[in-house]
Amino acid sequence: MAETLQLEIISPSGVVFTGDVTHVQAPGQTGYFGVLPNHTPMISALTIGRITAESANGETLFATSGGVAEVHGDKVVILAETAEEKSKIDLSRAQEAQKRAETRLDRQEDGTDFDRARLALMRAINRMSIVNG
Amino acid sequence: MPSLKQIKRRISSVNNTKQITRAMKMVSAAKLRRAQDQMMAARPYSDHLRALIRDLAARSDRNKHPLLAEREPKHVGVVVITSDRGLAGSFNMNVNRRALNVIKEMEEQAEDVRLIAIGRNSYNFFRKLGYDFIQHHIGLSRDFTFGKVLSIGDALRMEYEKGFVVDNGLDRVYLVYNEFKNVIQQEIVVEQLLPIIPELASEEKYPVDYVYDPSEQAVLDSILPRYANVMLWRVLLESFAAEHAARMNAMENATKNAGELIERLTLQYNKARQAAITNEILEVVAGAEGLE
Repeated sequence: MAETLQLEIISPSGVVFTGDVTHVQAPGQTGYFGVLPNHTPMISALTIGRITAESANGETLFATSGGVAEVHGDKVVILAETAEEKSKIDLSRAQEAQKRAETRLDRQEDGTDFDRARLALMRAINRMSIVNG
Repeated sequence: MPSLKQIKRRISSVNNTKQITRAMKMVSAAKLRRAQDQMMAARPYSDHLRALIRDLAARSDRNKHPLLAEREPKHVGVVVITSDRGLAGSFNMNVNRRALNVIKEMEEQAEDVRLIAIGRNSYNFFRKLGYDFIQHHIGLSRDFTFGKVLSIGDALRMEYEKGFVVDNGLDRVYLVYNEFKNVIQQEIVVEQLLPIIPELASEEKYPVDYVYDPSEQAVLDSILPRYANVMLWRVLLESFAAEHAARMNAMENATKNAGELIERLTLQYNKARQAAITNEILEVVAGAEGLE
């Protein structure tokens, strides 16, 4: 029986993380789920949130804006539209994005893409909450 | 025969051009390297997605999801991808010409063909021919990010999805672009973007029975649009890499030609100078003879 999982986090701009972990937590569309070694094969659609990778060396946090996770054998592959490790999150950029999204939502003009603004706001808040613990 | 001064001026002007073309070649080489790096970086993501779609499509009905379902192609969209700037040899012309053929061919079968231009060049080319665009994107190469591609991809997909509700959405979307083969070779490719054509699953491998969370439909809803976007991203990176490679070659040739021209002009200059000196000597000799 495998004791660890091989985790890969891949985004369109490259492989973000690869390594052996003991536990992965990811934001499924119906709530966070955890994967331990010897999980049944699964494909899960992810939403905005945090990915937590636990290994012998501790915990690593990532911010993601959604994607899909595939669990197969002792491998977990997370294909994320964006994935940034906690230390690589640009806090000031997230704060700016938050402000931008909020003013767009406040204006309530015709032609504003509310869904897009709302998602941008959620992504910004997600990034900030991960940096601030 | 031009005067010495004229030839000299010509040489220095050609020399200036040569310096510019050489600098442009260097710039293109640097940009090519960056585009290639991005291409390599995007590969694992798109390969994994493609494999997932292959596995999923093998086990479910293709018509289950709109992005996989084939409709009768009454309205066809053609995305023509060129560069914003010229001086890249035949890079743009080749794409435009091929796209024009594709469009003419499709006009015979489909009710209408609509154009989407990416890059200033295809926009100008088809506008002069009197074509209309449903979208055009110019200046993309200046600030090229995945986010930008997302908004283009989403807009294209919306045109396509409209077709399930009303009659005038796009039933099929093709991409026409330069594929980056290697530094000296580009190939023009016509590829279908929508509906997505899944790869055929290999037969010897048993498909894995996955648990879907929250549902198979939700997983497809999440994967397929992402795949279409990443395909567009990959194709645009290919085209950028091909553009820079083409420009690099064009500039290399221009630099070489300028060098040859300078050699010829220098020879001409020396000949003219020699002739002038000979003339002067003749005059001096003739003058001296006259004195005797």
